[in-house]
Amino acid sequence: MAAVAVDGVWKYFGDFPAIREVSLTADSGECLALLGRNGAGKTTLLRILAGLSAASRGGIRLFGQDARSVQARLRTGYLGHGIGVYEELSARENLELFAKLYQLQNPGKLAGEWLERTGLDRAAGSLVREFSRGMRQRLAVARAFLHEPGILLLDEPFTALDDRAIQLLEGLLQAARERGAAVVMSTHQLREALELATRVSLLVRGRVAYSGPRTAEMLADPGWLYRHYGEAT
Amino acid sequence: MNFVRLSLVVAAKDLRSELRTKEALNASLSFALVILLLFSFAFDPSSEQIAEFSGGLLWITFAFAGALILNRSFSRELANDCLDVLVASPVSGAALFFGKALANYALLVAVEIVCLPVFGVFYGVRWTRQFWWLMLVILLASWVMTVMGTMFSALTVNLRLRELMLPTLIYPMLIPALMAAMQLTTLILAGSPVAGDDLIWLRLLTGLAIIFTSLALGLVEIVLVR
Amino acid sequence: MRERVLYALGVAAALLLARNLYVILLVLPDEAEQGAIYRIIYFHLPAWFTCFAAFLAAGAASAGYLARNDSRYDALAVAATEVGLAFCTIGMVTGSIWARNQWGIWWTWDPRLTWALITTLVYGGYLMLRRAIEDPNERAKNTAVLSIFAFTSVVITYKAIDWWRTQHPGPVLSFRTGGGKIDPAMESMIYVNWAPFLMLAVVFVVVRMRQELARRELDALRRFAHAM
Repeated sequence: MAAVAVDGVWKYFGDFPAIREVSLTADSGECLALLGRNGAGKTTLLRILAGLSAASRGGIRLFGQDARSVQARLRTGYLGHGIGVYEELSARENLELFAKLYQLQNPGKLAGEWLERTGLDRAAGSLVREFSRGMRQRLAVARAFLHEPGILLLDEPFTALDDRAIQLLEGLLQAARERGAAVVMSTHQLREALELATRVSLLVRGRVAYSGPRTAEMLADPGWLYRHYGEAT
Repeated sequence: MNFVRLSLVVAAKDLRSELRTKEALNASLSFALVILLLFSFAFDPSSEQIAEFSGGLLWITFAFAGALILNRSFSRELANDCLDVLVASPVSGAALFFGKALANYALLVAVEIVCLPVFGVFYGVRWTRQFWWLMLVILLASWVMTVMGTMFSALTVNLRLRELMLPTLIYPMLIPALMAAMQLTTLILAGSPVAGDDLIWLRLLTGLAIIFTSLALGLVEIVLVR
Repeated sequence: MRERVLYALGVAAALLLARNLYVILLVLPDEAEQGAIYRIIYFHLPAWFTCFAAFLAAGAASAGYLARNDSRYDALAVAATEVGLAFCTIGMVTGSIWARNQWGIWWTWDPRLTWALITTLVYGGYLMLRRAIEDPNERAKNTAVLSIFAFTSVVITYKAIDWWRTQHPGPVLSFRTGGGKIDPAMESMIYVNWAPFLMLAVVFVVVRMRQELARRELDALRRFAHAM
C-alpha cells in the first residue's frame, strides 16, 4: 500500500478545472518532487493532500485512509507558504500547542527537544514576534516535523529559507526518509529538489505531463524536463 | 473525550493569545463604556422611565461591544496561515469551533460583568437585586451570541470586508435572543420575579442555544474545508 | 423547464391576474368596516404566502446543495431567495399602504411588519455575502450554510414576535378561525389570486436560475481562456 495514492483527481474552482485527472503515488521512503510553473496546480494538489481542500472528483488515500480523516492527519506534516506559528506565543508555547493537538505524550519534553534540535532553545521563552526570519522558519520546520509524520507535504520549502534553515530541513528530510516517511515536495528550486528527489512529476496546466523516477539526466540538467514536456497539454 | 480535550487546548491557546495582547478586550470594554455614555445623552438617566429601557440598553451595549470580540475569532488565525495549519491538524472542525466559542464566551462574559457595576452607577440601577437570575440570562443569551458570532466569523474569514459583514449578518438573526434577553433583564432589574408568562422568554433562549449550537457544530466543518 | 412551458405559465398568470383584477375591482362588494381599501388584501396576503413558499424553497435548496454538491441547488437557492425578497417587499409595501389608509401611519411595529423587516435584513445579508465571495464553490457552500441559519432564525423570529406585540388584525382566514369571519367569496378570491402570484414566482425563479447557471459557465470559460 502506497503511503500517498492520488487517483484520478479533479479539482474545480467554479467550473474551471485547476487539476485535471491527476494520478500519482509516493511510497514510504520515497521523495516525490512536484514540478510545474506557477498556476500548474502544485499548491492546490498539496492542499488537497493536507486535507485543507476537498477534491471535486477522484480519490486521495494517505496510508489507505481518506485525506481528511483524523488518522491520516495525525500522520501528516504540512509546511505551506505561511510559517503556521503564532506571533503572540513563545516558541515553546507554539510547539507545546501543536504537540497537544497531535495528541503526543509529554508535550513539554518534546517541545524542549525540538527547540534544541533547531537551535532555538535559548529563545524558547521569547515570543515569535521578536524572532528573526531565519528563526521563524526553523520553528516552522520544527512544527511540521514534531510528530514524526509518516507523510510530509512541503510547498516550495526552499523558497524562503536561509542557509541554516535549509541545512536543518535537509537533515530532517534525510532522517524522515530513513525511518520510512514519504515526502511530497513542490518546488521551483530545481537543483535542491532534484538532489533530494527519488521520483519526479511534472504538472502542466493541471495535468501530469511526466511522472517517473528521477534520472541522472535530470540531475545534470534541471531544465531538461521542462524542455521536453513543458508544453504538452 | 478527545473532542473536549482538544476544544480546551484550542480555547486555552485563544485565551492566552488574547490576554497577552488584550487588543480585542480593550477595544470591547472601551466601546461598551462609550455606548453607555452616549446613551446617557439619548435618554435622561435620572428619570423613572429608565427602568423600562434598562434591559434594552444593557443588551444593545453587550451586542455591539461583543461583536468586537467575536469578529476576531477566526480572523486572528489568518496571520502566518495558522488557520491552514489548524485545519490540517487532527482537530475536527467542530472541536476547533467549540474551543474558540469557549474562549470568546469567557471574554464576552468578562466584559459584560465589568459593565454591570458601571451601568449600575451611571443609571442608578440596582442590578444586584436578583443577581442569580440576571446571571442566568446573561450566561444564556451570551452563549447564543457567542455561537452565532464564532460561526459567522468562520463563514466570513476569507472576505476582505469581514469586519463589516459580520455585524450585518448576525444582528438580524440575533433578534429573538436579544428580545428575550431584553425582556427578562428589564423584569429582573425592576425587581419583578421571573414567572408565569415570562418564562417563555427563558425557554426561547434555551431553545435558541440548543438549536444554534447544534447547527454550528454540524456545519462548521463544511465551512472550514475549501 | 422548457421555454414553452415557461411562456405558457407566464401568460396564464397574466391572464388570471387580469381576470382577478376585474373581479376584485368591479364585482366584489366593499368590506363592511374598511371600505374600498380592503381590496389590497388580495395582493397583500398572496404576496406573503408566496414569500414564505419561496424562502422555504430556498432553505430546502441550500440543504440540498450541502448534501448533493450540485450547482443547480445553489442556483435555485439564490433565485428563490431573490424572488422571496421581492414578494416580501410587495407584502410590506401593500401592508404599509393599507396601514396608512386605515390607521394614518406609514409604519407600525406590529408582528407581521416587524418580522418582514427582519426577514428582509436577514436575506439581504445573504445576498450581500453572495456578492462578497468570488469563488463559485465557496460562495455556494458558505451561503448555503448561511441560508440554513437564516431560515431557522426567520421561523423562530416569527413565533417570537407573536409573543411580543399585537396590533395586526387578527386571523380572518377560515383555516385559522374555523370560518365565519370573512365572506366566502372574498376568502376564495384571496386564494384564487395566490395562484397567479405563485405562477409568476415560479417563472421568475426559473429564469433567474438559468441566468445564474449561465453566469457560472461564462466565468469558468473566461478563466479557462486566460489560462491558455
